[in-house]
Amino acid sequence: MSINATLLIQIIAFVLLVWFVNKVLWGPLSKLMEERQKKIADGLSAAEKGKHELELAEQKAKEVLKEAKAQAQNILSQAEKRSSEIVEDAKVKANEEADRIKAAAQAEIEQEVSRAREDLRKEVASLVVTGAEKILQKEVDAAAHNDMLETLVKSI
Amino acid sequence: MGTVEYIQHHLTNNHIGEGFWTFNLDTIVVSLLLGALIVFVAARLGKQIEAGTPGGFQNFVESILEFVSTNVRDAFPGHNPLIAPLALTIFLWVWLMNFMDLIPVDLLPYLYQLITGDPHAHLKVVPTTDLNTTLAMAFSVFALIVFYNIKIKGVGGFIKMFLFHPFGKFFVPVNIVMTLIEEVSKPLSLALRLFGNMFAGELVFLLIALIGGTLAVGAAALFWAPLQVLLDLGWLIFHLLVITLQAFIFMVLTIVYLGMAHDEGH
Repeated sequence: MSINATLLIQIIAFVLLVWFVNKVLWGPLSKLMEERQKKIADGLSAAEKGKHELELAEQKAKEVLKEAKAQAQNILSQAEKRSSEIVEDAKVKANEEADRIKAAAQAEIEQEVSRAREDLRKEVASLVVTGAEKILQKEVDAAAHNDMLETLVKSI
Repeated sequence: MGTVEYIQHHLTNNHIGEGFWTFNLDTIVVSLLLGALIVFVAARLGKQIEAGTPGGFQNFVESILEFVSTNVRDAFPGHNPLIAPLALTIFLWVWLMNFMDLIPVDLLPYLYQLITGDPHAHLKVVPTTDLNTTLAMAFSVFALIVFYNIKIKGVGGFIKMFLFHPFGKFFVPVNIVMTLIEEVSKPLSLALRLFGNMFAGELVFLLIALIGGTLAVGAAALFWAPLQVLLDLGWLIFHLLVITLQAFIFMVLTIVYLGMAHDEGH
């Protein structure tokens, strides 16, 4: 139980053991644990960052969607406007066409009427001549009286 | 064999040499084997450590490391890469050496006597019941305390600490004595606390073993043998706490003392 040279051996053993423990146990394991801690911390911060980015992206997506909706609304209203314009235009054109057709018909009718009148006039002229011939019981020189007949026909 | 002889026989080291140059072979061999066990297990673990998913044993070792480094962080100001491995070594080694106390007191000596063929061969298996072991660690720590005191505070600061602490500049002689006592008491208290606890624990185990050894004769064994088992179990459970606590105290006090040595404002 007395103090003796064992003390010296034990001191050497202790110093060597501290050196060994530092080399094979503390050194590698604490380094490993530190690395793992760092990795976990990095992972957590990355996750946090990812979450934040997701939030931002969601917000952006919402904005884009909103804009797209507004644009669609805009396009829709424009199209509506345009369609009503087209309809209006078509209406106007149809009216014009109708007027034109009406006018053409009117003109034709008038032409027809004047031609009928002309025919009638000629008919009347020949009737008149025939009538006059019958009244005068003698032949009228058609050639001699043509001028007079012409003026007569015109006066009808 | 009488009671006193039995106890004395158990508390005598297996030694060679005379006077100061005596070597307690059992202390040296057992402590070296336990140190080798630490290094061996650590080296084996070192080959298969995994960063991502540590296995059961690695988890266990890592939790010890975490425990030690938490204590170092709490009690040690600043940073010194030596402190944590030193504390870890003290904790593991002291705990393992203390643990030898929990092996039945007669088992290893009996086996040793069988192997050597000498019925009176001595074997004291608990290295921490040998003052040489505890003093060896305490002196090593003390050397570090002095070294860091001088390194951090400088030689002048170290001398000033002796002259003006703790009562200021008007009590220089008193201060020298007080500081000297304070410093010397550090290693002594470290060594003697551990030694005393382990020695006393071993002694109690021996006394409990004596119940079965000397009193249990004939029919009386029916009463004494169960009592011995019961007492042994109780003391063993209690002692399991004690050996852990003593290893822990040695470690924490080492950290604290070295922390004080690093404290410049001291």
